[in-house]
Amino acid sequence: MGIFSFFSKDKKQDLDKGLEKTRSSVFGKLSKAIAGKSKVDDEVLDQLEEILVTSDVGVHTTLKIIERIEARVARDKYLGTSELNSILKEEIVELLQENNSGDGTDFDIPAGIKPYVIMVVGVNGVGKTTTIGKLAYNFKKAGKKVVLGAADTFRAAAVDQLKIWGQRVDVPVVAQTMGSDPASVAFDTVKSAVSQQADVVIIDTAGRLHNKINLMKELTKIKTVMQKVIADAPHEILLVLDASTGQNAIEQARQFTAATEVNALALTKLDGTAKGGVVIGISDQFKIPVKYIGIGERMEDLQLFDRKLFVESLFD
Amino acid sequence: MFEGLSEKLERSFKMLKGQGHISEINVAETLKEVRKALIDADVSFKIAKDFTNTVKEKALGQKILTAVSPGQLMVKIVHDELAELMGGEQTEINLKGNPSIILIAGLQGSGKTTFSAKLANYLKSKKGKQVLLVAGDVYRPAAIDQLKVLGEQVGVEVFTEDGSKDPVGIAKKAIAHAKQSAKNVVIIDTAGRLAIDELMMNEIAAIKKNVDPHEILFVVDSMTGQDAVNTAKAFNDRLDFHGVVLTKLDGDTRGGAALSIRSVVDKPIKFVGIGEKMDALDVFYPSRMADRILGMGDIVSLVEKAQEQFDAEEARKLQRKIAKNEFNFNDFLKQIQQIKKMGNIKDLAGMIPGMGKALKDTEIEDDAFKGIEAIIYSMTPAEREDPKLLNGSRRKRIAMGSGTSIVEVNRLVKQFSETSKMMRMMTGGGGQKMMRMMNQMRRR
Repeated sequence: MGIFSFFSKDKKQDLDKGLEKTRSSVFGKLSKAIAGKSKVDDEVLDQLEEILVTSDVGVHTTLKIIERIEARVARDKYLGTSELNSILKEEIVELLQENNSGDGTDFDIPAGIKPYVIMVVGVNGVGKTTTIGKLAYNFKKAGKKVVLGAADTFRAAAVDQLKIWGQRVDVPVVAQTMGSDPASVAFDTVKSAVSQQADVVIIDTAGRLHNKINLMKELTKIKTVMQKVIADAPHEILLVLDASTGQNAIEQARQFTAATEVNALALTKLDGTAKGGVVIGISDQFKIPVKYIGIGERMEDLQLFDRKLFVESLFD
Repeated sequence: MFEGLSEKLERSFKMLKGQGHISEINVAETLKEVRKALIDADVSFKIAKDFTNTVKEKALGQKILTAVSPGQLMVKIVHDELAELMGGEQTEINLKGNPSIILIAGLQGSGKTTFSAKLANYLKSKKGKQVLLVAGDVYRPAAIDQLKVLGEQVGVEVFTEDGSKDPVGIAKKAIAHAKQSAKNVVIIDTAGRLAIDELMMNEIAAIKKNVDPHEILFVVDSMTGQDAVNTAKAFNDRLDFHGVVLTKLDGDTRGGAALSIRSVVDKPIKFVGIGEKMDALDVFYPSRMADRILGMGDIVSLVEKAQEQFDAEEARKLQRKIAKNEFNFNDFLKQIQQIKKMGNIKDLAGMIPGMGKALKDTEIEDDAFKGIEAIIYSMTPAEREDPKLLNGSRRKRIAMGSGTSIVEVNRLVKQFSETSKMMRMMTGGGGQKMMRMMNQMRRR
């Protein structure tokens, strides 16, 4: 496996399992499109367009990738099947790399920041709470002391859901009653983490559609209130995106970034039939790295995003 | 990021001016724009392609009337075709059987539990049914608690079986319980599952086999992208569901998935979820969805919607009042309510030609009227009739009663007098003025 050797075999297999569908249905088509052709013609580019669009890459990014490939074809004159295949991979990897997607190598936190505060945001039903449970598991496994904050005080039983995760993973959860002020929960959590000398704080927030102005303002407030305890908190604002979401994910990234300066992305439900191409599109338009991917419902089913492995797995 | 399709079409059809009919050559560029717009709206790639081919056939050779521009004609063809594809008619939920059994299915996070409770609330309050909700999601932490809380909110009993990991058994027991307690409707919430999860798909097929539901609803997130076709097809292959529920439509997604699903499984969309509150459920309007996917300004649709909501007699009365300068807060309130009934304010304003562009980057909140309503509701009937009564102490009382401030009350009174002025101007075409009013509301 060469440069991927730091990935255990299990991890790779899990990701393969999750991406199996993607590979066979989408990029499998590309091989067919290219097979038997000695150079890139309009037909191949058309098929390439179809493949990218059906992976939710979006018109804009698809055109950008195709332009890049066309430019290379014009420059290098002749392109064979295998060359095109690797060029496509390279272009996608490069798009991701430009935004540091997949630079992380471990469930680690930057040195010198304690506690490291992560605030998790996203629209309804993308898997924020589940992702937090998995993150807590991984940080704990890496020897960190973790505290969770149940600041989704709106959705019915959201606090209970996080508490159950807390029990599963055996980390403390700071919570108030349903309907209480989420900013106050966040404040309490950070304060408690400081006094407990925790390493990582993860704040859950209620799902909200990004076009609800008042709810977006609430996020800004939660963030501001935490800064009363730790001036530069939250250090990480993690936007959770559902892999099955289409072009609206771009708008989500835009609005959440505007409200809270999102600086990391998690892509969930990649174990389904959804293609995950949305990551490429978002990495292209926003300069936010993809950090994590969710590939199942178990607490082990969260991985660090690795751009090369990700693209490799698509083309395997 | 989206540019309204109608704007794009107008542009690409500029060159058409002076030509008598739509031809193969002049339609190509336009169809490309249509296809891109559909894909941007998350319509499946293949369906977008098929769709544009159909539109092309319909458009070729159409005479361009002098009354409408070629762009408008094209927009109309696209819109009509899309609305047709969406299913011309609304389809009601099937409530045969006693109790009628409704099974809810879908992916994780699509909004099944919220929808189940909303549906219970709808059937209870609008159809007078005795409803039993069944907590069949035994996997996700606190999913059962979530349904319990929501059931309590809407005043509907929730059947649960603590510790059970057998949704089939739970469903069967729930139905027996429903029969005993004289319930008319049983709504079975289930766990979210991926279409490729064989074990879980077997489970829901087993629930279907054992309870023989009268209605199976597939719940899908309206923000779903290209995967919508695969998932809908897989669920339909296993469950042969009766209808589709489109959730989170209060977001700003174009909702192209609706078209993809409709085309691929040919099942009607029966409900749309439009908010987190328990009454935020609406039946599905194909034509409205067509507008939304295209993001097009459509004055015809505005007129239709306005006709739907405005009582002609009511309107005549109002006009007389405005003319006589007797427009009061009761009328104002009525107007607000009518506007609200017509749907999203921004969408509505976007239908007025020229406004779409102006509003593209502005934000109008759905609850923009909430404060205004609260203030008017805090006025006495006499004050509503005669705004001139509103002196300082009355305004102070109204501010307290509505939970607002005197500044806000003052602002409303000022807005009100401007609105009545504007309404008198409207006949002379006061679009600019209306824009300014909308801006003021937004800034509140």
